Amino acid sequence: MENCAIELKGITKRFGEVVANDGIDLQLNRGEILSLLGENGSGKTTLMNMLSGIYFPDEGQIFVNGQPVSIRSPRDAFANGIGMIHQHYKLVDVFTAAENIVLGLEEGGKLDIKAAEAKVRAICERYGFDIDPGQKIYDMSVSQKQTVEIVKVLYRGADILILDEPTAVLTPQETDKLFDVLRAMKADGKAIVIITHKLHEVMALSDKVAVLRKGKYIGTVKTSETNPQALTDMMVGHAVTLNIDRPRYETPVERLEVKGLTVLDGEGVKKLDGVSFTALGGEILGVAGIAGSGQKELLEAISGLCPVAAGEVLYTPDGGAPADLVGKTPMQIRKAGVAMAFVPEDRLGMGLVGSMGMTGNMMLRSWKKGRGVFLNRKDPNELALRVWKELEVVTPSTDFPVRRMSGGNVQKVLVGREIASAPSVLMTAYAVRGLDINTSYTIYNLLTEQKMKGVAVVYVGEDLDVLLELCDRILVLCGGRVSGVVDARSATKDQIGLLMTRLGGKEGN
Amino acid sequence: MSHEKKTPLIRLAKRDGMEGWKVWCIRAASILFALLLGALVMALAGANPVTAYGTMISGALGKKSAIRQTVKIAVPLLGCALAIAPCFKMRFWNIGAEGQITAGAIAASYFALFWANRLPSPVLLVVMGLAGALAGGVWALIPAFFKAKWNTNETLFTLMMNYIVIGVVRWLQGGPWEGRKGSQIIPQFDEAACLPRVLGVHCGWIIVLVLVVFMHVYMNHTKHGYEIAVIGDSINTARYAGMNVGRVMMRTMFLSGAISGVVGFIVASGANNTLYDGVAGGVGFTSITVAWLSQLNAFAMVGISGLLAVLSKGAETLQTRMAVPTSISDIITGILLFCMLGCEFFINYKLIFRGAGKKEARHE
Amino acid sequence: MSDFLSLFLALIIAAITYGTPLLFGTLGEILTEKSGNLNLGVEGIMFMGGALGLGGVFYYEKAGGASGIIAVGIGILCAFLAGALASLIFSFLTITLRANQNVTGLALSIFGTGVGQFVGEYMRVRENGYISIGNALKGFFQNSPFPGFLQKIPVAGGVLFGNSVFFYLGLILAVGMFFFLNRTRTGLYLRSVGESPATADAAGIAVERYKYLATVIGGGISAVGGMVYIMTIAGCVWNHEGLSGVGWLAVALVIFCMWRPLSAIWGSVLFGALMILYLRLVLPFVPTQLYKILPYVVTVVVLIVSSMRNNKEKQPPASLGLAYFREDR
Repeated sequence: MENCAIELKGITKRFGEVVANDGIDLQLNRGEILSLLGENGSGKTTLMNMLSGIYFPDEGQIFVNGQPVSIRSPRDAFANGIGMIHQHYKLVDVFTAAENIVLGLEEGGKLDIKAAEAKVRAICERYGFDIDPGQKIYDMSVSQKQTVEIVKVLYRGADILILDEPTAVLTPQETDKLFDVLRAMKADGKAIVIITHKLHEVMALSDKVAVLRKGKYIGTVKTSETNPQALTDMMVGHAVTLNIDRPRYETPVERLEVKGLTVLDGEGVKKLDGVSFTALGGEILGVAGIAGSGQKELLEAISGLCPVAAGEVLYTPDGGAPADLVGKTPMQIRKAGVAMAFVPEDRLGMGLVGSMGMTGNMMLRSWKKGRGVFLNRKDPNELALRVWKELEVVTPSTDFPVRRMSGGNVQKVLVGREIASAPSVLMTAYAVRGLDINTSYTIYNLLTEQKMKGVAVVYVGEDLDVLLELCDRILVLCGGRVSGVVDARSATKDQIGLLMTRLGGKEGN
Repeated sequence: MSHEKKTPLIRLAKRDGMEGWKVWCIRAASILFALLLGALVMALAGANPVTAYGTMISGALGKKSAIRQTVKIAVPLLGCALAIAPCFKMRFWNIGAEGQITAGAIAASYFALFWANRLPSPVLLVVMGLAGALAGGVWALIPAFFKAKWNTNETLFTLMMNYIVIGVVRWLQGGPWEGRKGSQIIPQFDEAACLPRVLGVHCGWIIVLVLVVFMHVYMNHTKHGYEIAVIGDSINTARYAGMNVGRVMMRTMFLSGAISGVVGFIVASGANNTLYDGVAGGVGFTSITVAWLSQLNAFAMVGISGLLAVLSKGAETLQTRMAVPTSISDIITGILLFCMLGCEFFINYKLIFRGAGKKEARHE
Repeated sequence: MSDFLSLFLALIIAAITYGTPLLFGTLGEILTEKSGNLNLGVEGIMFMGGALGLGGVFYYEKAGGASGIIAVGIGILCAFLAGALASLIFSFLTITLRANQNVTGLALSIFGTGVGQFVGEYMRVRENGYISIGNALKGFFQNSPFPGFLQKIPVAGGVLFGNSVFFYLGLILAVGMFFFLNRTRTGLYLRSVGESPATADAAGIAVERYKYLATVIGGGISAVGGMVYIMTIAGCVWNHEGLSGVGWLAVALVIFCMWRPLSAIWGSVLFGALMILYLRLVLPFVPTQLYKILPYVVTVVVLIVSSMRNNKEKQPPASLGLAYFREDR
């Protein structure tokens, strides 16, 4: 086994009561790409963070090149030739690319930024990366930042690379480019781990697949000897039908008409540019797009959370005349019946108060109700008990801080609360982010239920497969503009993939 | 074996919550530890620690008059800690209480100096209190406005505001409000402008105790308190819930400044009966530590401000009786604060020593 | 006209004298804040530096020491150690024990002023009421280290060569710190710790060690400022006033010069000028006491303007005041 780059034996990591990794064994050779597959929350990132020195295992042993090692810090990881590209880029905003790249190096002597920049340029040329080493990070796009991260690892001569969901923020073209680089590095004899939950990427790129489920190691298979269905089974534990129930609502009515919506960010850059569409009561309108195409701004603009530069949002209540929501306060918009459940990357940042329990969080919707200066705790508490029971939230009590609940339960609390407000427009973003498949289905069913009640559901999602199976129509955003609206029953993934990138390409202006 | 060697000696893990009694045991132990360190300092200064502590306690609590003095010290500390609590809950680092006290004291003094013969005493005192609250509130509102509008760093802003307003008092002292020419002193207030005494201490203590209850209710049972808690946890969530974050920030800061301003009024009218540049005298800073160490709990603040007041009053006695400089109270207060700040770590984290996990390890 | 010029030059020289303690205080705090630690205990640190620096020199002289260079060295060393020790307490509490920086800093300023006053008082009582340095040694602290003919160069001689040795040490320190922060590897790493400790940590930089070293050394430098104040402005005597707020002014100056050591040089001279302007430039309509708040007003204006402009380069270190714990989640 002298070819063995990394071996993990019995790695266990606990966070308080939660066992994030439970006795994991793993093995990877040089010149191989290993996909680490598992649903979010299955412990993939935690496991890899122990290789890169961010966490230290509670139990177990790591071997690098057959030697037992103790990785106490990222420095130790580098010393062992391990480099990790994190999902959230670890870059200093006010530094240049080159300054970020040389960060932490023990080259000795004085700092020669010019030489470093030259070396960075050489690496860029070799792999065809397009970054300027002298550019400040705060001026860079997401994919440029990722490039800086990858160059950083290459600059260090790492021969074991770990990439944590590297494609989540990339266009298909950028993804292809990345995969070419990874294949070239594999040919170079490097060992590569890629954390992902996208099966087609697993199939396209890796030599073998290791599967984790709920912190436990399930097994490793050769990619050539498996298929997506078998992998899904390993991930989930039992075969799940990929079919999402999609009934038709007979009499859709117009609920929301968005006309020429334009939103600028703090620096005056257009985040949404003349977006127009309609959302019907009794249908699920999917919103697809690469991360950062304006999804967040769209929902925030409609719910009154960010200022609108131009355009109208016409909302038609039951039996009423259309009224413009632009210029109304978030409170007025909510009262009119437009609800939003946005699950941000950290899950808690928007919509939930981490330090409060379910009751405190239910209160977010009702805190202002009632006259006088005092809070009404009774109704929110009853609502909390109802959501707790109906959605099977796992928590010791309604006062248990949601920050300490697991991701799935946190989202149930959030989505459950929004549905409980009986809205006529329900907007969700990333509602199943990080949920296991069973819980995801619970959420899909909840949304479909709402649709069948005549609610106009707007579903912003990342997974195209789900969008295609759950929604009635799909709106595709690209660079803040609508690049197309397709019928989800007849559209194909390729078609949407193309729309997602079209405006950014030659047809953009 | 080589594996054993390479494991770090001590590792940290976050604790998921500790039983209440243990928490208070740790805190009590830290106070005890601080007093032991203080004893060491006294011994170094050549005083017998046992007698010294004895002197301090009898000096602070031994006689009725001593207790009154101690209460007098505790009142502004407690009042200001209460003022700061909502800001800190909101994670708005208001370290400008010192200036807000002073601003309140200036406004109250204006009425004390120039309206004393025009208004009956009760009306005058109410006007002074209101003026103090308004001035303190406005002084606090300025940094809050810029924080809300342009996200200007509030820690540094509020800090600067302290010295600006203290400078204004120095100017008043030597200029427009100066009593005898060249004295650099503002004359004593008229009797009518001094807070009446209850049980031998100016009635500021009643005002602050009412504030304790008020702040407890305000923080835990009102809509405002809920808004503050949500904003302190996540500004995005607060906006999502339809809260006007900037407005809540300004409102809370106004309230905080207003309470500090009332404290300024109490100190000027009740304790000093005049205005001078040391009217706040570091209370604004010390009370921040009081608020923080009480975990922003209004009732705990009563205890901690009392403890610091005892130390401070006791040190005065120590100086007169044993010729130990009063500054020893600052030293012991400092040590006490350090120990209490440090002990929170042992409540929130646990240490895992190498080898302690051995029993659990599965493969050895 | 020449009257005006000489008046102006005298003002500058006085401004430099008053600015020098600030320069040290500020440079120390810049170093500290660049590591992401907001140490509000500068006032306390400078108090300790002042008292212990004076004490060191006093006892050196009392033991029969007469060498000016050694006396200055002892003053610097004692002050530095006092400040370093005080900052070590701050570092231990905020870095290792993760206590809130604002609160810990304020506690340190209470503790430090207490220790400073205590030591000063204690020495005074023990030495029968008066702690003062003899004129011979005093000269080494207060007079220019340059030969007389340089100081007598017309017009610029006094301003360039007539200041106390500490001003020149401060200049060297400021330039050195500029090079350290902007041109060296360690400086780059230190700045990354202050901007984004998680990034620095992931890059294998020992975050805690950097924070400790920067804070402890920074505290030592600030404390030297306290000693300089006592030895030059306060006339080598411990009085009850102590430093009267110079430490807070140093915190203000850090903001005013936007965390840049080179700007701290002219910033400290400007603040020094503002501190003494009322003595030199009497305007009938501006009361003298109001001059003294000018540095704070100016700092507030700078703070506001920089936040309104929102220039990415002119901001406090991004993680200033925040604790860092790697396994936080």
